[in-house]
Amino acid sequence: MARRAWRRRAASAAVAGALAAVAACASGPSAVPEGVPRPASFDAPRVAQGARLASLGNCASCHTAPAGRTYAGGRALQTPFGTIYGTNITPDRETGIGQWSQADFARAMREGVDRDGRNLYPVFPYDHFTILTDADIGALYAYLMTREPVRAATPPNALRFPYNLRPLIGVWKSRYLRTGPFRADPSQSAQWNRGAYLVRGLAHCGACHTPRNGLGAEQKDHDFAGGEAEGWHAPALNAESPSPVPWTAHALAAYLREGLAESHAMTAGPMTDVVHNLAGAPAEDVRAIATYVASLDTRPRAERERAQASALAAAGRAKAPDAAGDAGHAVYAGACAECHDLGRGVDGGALPLEFATGLTIPTPGNLIRIIRDGIVPGEGERGRWMPAYAGALSDAQLADLVAYLRSLTDRPAWSDVRAAVREVAKGGE
Amino acid sequence: MRRREFFQSGGALIVAFSLLPGALAQEGKKPPLPGSLKDSPLLDSWIRIGADGRVTVFTGKAELGQGIKTALIQLAAEELAVDPGVVAIVTADTATTPNEGYTAGSHSMQDSGTAIRNAAAQAREILIGIAAKRLGTAPGRLQARDGGVGAPDGGLITYGDLVAGEALHVSAQMQSKLTPPGRHAVIGKSTPRVDIPSKVTGGASYVHDLRPPGMAHARVVPPPAEGAKLVSADVAAAGRMPGVLKVVRDGSFLGVIAGREWQAIQAMRALALSAKWEEGKQLPKRDELYSALLGLKTQDTVIHGGATQPAFAGRTVEAEYRKPYQMHGAIGPSCAVARLEGGSVTVWTHSQGVYPLRNALAEMLKLPKESVHCIHLEGSGCYGHNGADDVAADAALLARALPGRPVRVQWMREHEHAGEPYGPAMVTSARASLDSAGRIAAWQYEVWSNTHSTRPGAAGNLAAAQRLATPFTPPPPRAIPQPEGGGDRNAIPLYRIPDARVVHHFIPEMPLRVSALRSLGAYMNVFSIESFMDELAKAAGADPVEFRLRHLEDARARDVIRAAAERFGWSSWRPQPGRGRGFAFARYKNLAAYCAVALAARVDRDSGRVHVERAVAATDSGEAVNPDGIRNQVEGGIVQSLSWTLFESVSFDRRRVTSRDWAGYPILRFPGVPDAVEVVVVDRPGEPFLGTGEAAQGPAAAALANAIADASGARIRELPLGAERVKAALEA
Amino acid sequence: MITLDINGRAREVDADPATPLLYVLRDQLAMNGARFGCGLGQCGACTVLIDGEAAFSCLTPVSVLAGRKVRTLEGLGTAESPGAVQRAFIEEQAAQCGYCIPGMILRAQALLERNPSPSDAEIREHMSPNLCRCGTHVRILRAVRRAAGAMKDGR
Repeated sequence: MARRAWRRRAASAAVAGALAAVAACASGPSAVPEGVPRPASFDAPRVAQGARLASLGNCASCHTAPAGRTYAGGRALQTPFGTIYGTNITPDRETGIGQWSQADFARAMREGVDRDGRNLYPVFPYDHFTILTDADIGALYAYLMTREPVRAATPPNALRFPYNLRPLIGVWKSRYLRTGPFRADPSQSAQWNRGAYLVRGLAHCGACHTPRNGLGAEQKDHDFAGGEAEGWHAPALNAESPSPVPWTAHALAAYLREGLAESHAMTAGPMTDVVHNLAGAPAEDVRAIATYVASLDTRPRAERERAQASALAAAGRAKAPDAAGDAGHAVYAGACAECHDLGRGVDGGALPLEFATGLTIPTPGNLIRIIRDGIVPGEGERGRWMPAYAGALSDAQLADLVAYLRSLTDRPAWSDVRAAVREVAKGGE
Repeated sequence: MRRREFFQSGGALIVAFSLLPGALAQEGKKPPLPGSLKDSPLLDSWIRIGADGRVTVFTGKAELGQGIKTALIQLAAEELAVDPGVVAIVTADTATTPNEGYTAGSHSMQDSGTAIRNAAAQAREILIGIAAKRLGTAPGRLQARDGGVGAPDGGLITYGDLVAGEALHVSAQMQSKLTPPGRHAVIGKSTPRVDIPSKVTGGASYVHDLRPPGMAHARVVPPPAEGAKLVSADVAAAGRMPGVLKVVRDGSFLGVIAGREWQAIQAMRALALSAKWEEGKQLPKRDELYSALLGLKTQDTVIHGGATQPAFAGRTVEAEYRKPYQMHGAIGPSCAVARLEGGSVTVWTHSQGVYPLRNALAEMLKLPKESVHCIHLEGSGCYGHNGADDVAADAALLARALPGRPVRVQWMREHEHAGEPYGPAMVTSARASLDSAGRIAAWQYEVWSNTHSTRPGAAGNLAAAQRLATPFTPPPPRAIPQPEGGGDRNAIPLYRIPDARVVHHFIPEMPLRVSALRSLGAYMNVFSIESFMDELAKAAGADPVEFRLRHLEDARARDVIRAAAERFGWSSWRPQPGRGRGFAFARYKNLAAYCAVALAARVDRDSGRVHVERAVAATDSGEAVNPDGIRNQVEGGIVQSLSWTLFESVSFDRRRVTSRDWAGYPILRFPGVPDAVEVVVVDRPGEPFLGTGEAAQGPAAAALANAIADASGARIRELPLGAERVKAALEA
Repeated sequence: MITLDINGRAREVDADPATPLLYVLRDQLAMNGARFGCGLGQCGACTVLIDGEAAFSCLTPVSVLAGRKVRTLEGLGTAESPGAVQRAFIEEQAAQCGYCIPGMILRAQALLERNPSPSDAEIREHMSPNLCRCGTHVRILRAVRRAAGAMKDGR
């Protein structure tokens, strides 16, 4: 797969850049130590604005360990290069950012450099945050510096050579980091531009929804063509959108607010956190994001309407066994049909699967995870429930079911579903 | 002749004595016998001994999972000096046990326990008397032991050999010779629960497990919203589905009976899909619930204090508290089996009150009471009036359509969630002023609430009966009077306050269906009062524990408070950012068990999430019959209360309840369980039993709110204390 | 007719293949160990083990059980001779109404067979699909820890 390609390209980059690396390494520690304001000095409106921005940026998700204190870091992020741990961004003086000035913070956000002058791994999406305005950076700083300081040392990263050499990131940045402010498009509405600023900046949607190259950089000529996050496929948001019913701004806004939209699947995987945290963001910002994202699907209106009509028609049809035999259909009939054939309008009904993106994306992993682990709300939260079938179906039965569900679409069959099931099963309990 | 000798001297006198209560009854007075003996004075209503010496205890109370069977067996075993293992117990059965009304209000030990203990003690004395006659010796020289009466020479005449005919068919006396605490062999022991072994090994333990021969399976299709009328349903199509024996439609009551359970479920779904309903009643706007409630007409009663408001002066604190609808949410949805045979109906039910249910079913079916027989079998924990009675009515109606065959009705999860009567939403307000010494000088407390009981009794309170073509209408709701109270239960604080006034604003109109949920109004009133006590303590600059002691003279109350504080380490607490401690106390109904709770919790400012680290409770239940049983109930009460207090709120839109499964009504799961829960049982040998099952819920809720306030500075007065609300309070 | 392997015995049942295992166990085989709590995979009262993994029997159609081993509460032990986890629950008196307990026992069994020394956090996380309404959680956790100890000692 692409893994070997990464290694080859990375190795040659390392050789070429090794000598240049030292020279190209980021500038040293902050030359002028600025005073760090006391928490009480930040005015409440700025802190509140920072809170809203943090919701949009989904900061808590990467910077909080499971069952850990918010923003205290410790969450393991798996990358193709090894494991990186989200850092402690509470204002603790020893283990967090308690000694960081606003300028230090801005440098990290825009240039990917920490207070000691070290390069930050771009898993922290400063290539997106770089476009943030001064005001937004200031508000985020005010918010973070007024959080409860938590003493929690971030675990050391476990990255493979040569990715564990921070100076090499300087090479990466010289190639892939484009600093500079957001430029509005005057031909678009204010709402669209606001959405563009948020999506490209704080919300960093492309960090998951854009494919990356062997060095882990987003492929700018395939913007929003689909990517990957924590083992989940992040579907294309552009003209290649796999959603059987094309997204509209209205549906996207509902999805981002409620985790659910008519004729679309519920949030699952990493989007669950995103939507959960968006609850703290202003409604008009969520609508702006929805407007911008909807515009990424550049298919002509007629084409989108045809796709919608075809998906709706398919949902009404009865399900027959597929060409490959009865096995998958039998599992569907026994374990899934009771809810999924009813549709959402009825008590106990669920999304007709002809509308599910999980069936149309390039890989079966999302669907396998959803069936095995279900979709379960967080502690104390209501809504959205798909039961977990992990023990109920054997790996072989799950593979048959997944293959059958794919056959309901007009896409080519997934290759080696059984291996995909095994891989997901291994990763879990 | 002294009284005791009089009673022990011969059969004829026994007969004469047995006329005594009858004589009193003719005067219209119940003899003041202990506990439920006053309603069922015959000893053999409670205790029977077979020729084989086996003892059978009869109780009108029901096992709900609170361990009552075990505790009652212990009482009988103690007084009869037998091993608990030879004591069997028969619970709530309209054909065979006394009528003790509902197993509710934490009355079981006080009423049934007291009756059984006294009956057993008196039975023992009768048997000693018989043995004495037989041996020609004085009763004082004999002793009950090892299942018989022992003679000084070491000989033993077993109870089986002593008991004959109507020996125990006598009325109880006012006084009993109870085994003193110092000589207890069984009372005070944490005897293992008699029902647990079967429950953990798959034995038939619940009404859900009943499988009489020929049993058919049924399901009902309830209205999608309260009050909705059934316009049409494709009864014929459902009737043609595999295995369907009968489809029953009577007005808006719709049910289906099939040979197999899965067939019944399939047919139910088909019927539900085909059914067309008229709109039900409109519900209030969820985010205007409290103003809607406060806008309804009330019947106001001053339950404590005078006609005029107290005189407030000096430092005065005011607060209003709110609680939403909360549900029982029994883990096992309600179930019943019924059979109509030869004009008589037998119903196996987990209703808390088989006698009142019997009356309601008889009324609904238009049968004489003697033709309806209700037998209690366990359900899952019900925590009050849930769907148990309604499903019994469903079963009776369906059994009537299939005479001769037992019909089992199992409610689906959605039916239980959406159809059960809820704990009412409530609003309370408190106002008090402190004198210069930091004592409460004036106090006014008001509570607004619906009724907390719409139990059958009347057929009109059965959901199915309300849907029939000739419907039964619910009787007008009534308030349960003090000292028990309904919405005003525990509204009168135990604290000594010179000028206190408490007003109960009873709201008859019920926007959503409501009834008794464990502890009734006490949960909310104790939450409010004990939160308010902390607010007052803060205003007085006093420690919350010391502030409460300042106002309590009841020695037993002071003891549980000190015990909980000490075990918690209240005086050695070290504050840490994000951590808080809270304390609360109440005596359930000011009549039953005393319970104090101290609690430590962490609050995450950014998510609003609260995690309880440790809860410590001290409980005084009078004489502790089964200490572990008390601990189990208090631990459970605390954890259940934490779930209610942190998460629970029935959601609804203008048309119907939207909490239709656990996804729509989240509750506590294992990750949220406190790290430690400890219970100190303050035993009071010789004291009357005090009901414990509902004592911990209120104090736990207030202790939590107080801990959150201590941790974060935010005083939250609206339940539940969910993450969103806590976060918003912290940001305010 | 469908043949199921229940607690090591082949049981033949006449059932619609789409019938969830829960109803086949309870109605056709008259077994009480799996209980109906929701039918939606939300509460775990119906938990059984299938090939060693905890599963919701309310959602598992018997059609997927060919050649797979089902274990229920009855397969872990009897009242006279309870299994380690059952014994631990009895010793800790870890039940109030007891309705959720069979599901808890099966879920704990699945954990302990795979991880004989789970941490407290692991136990809580693993048990989280199962609901208890009476508040018996603290005792349940104690019982699982006790069972872990007993099973390690071979008791």
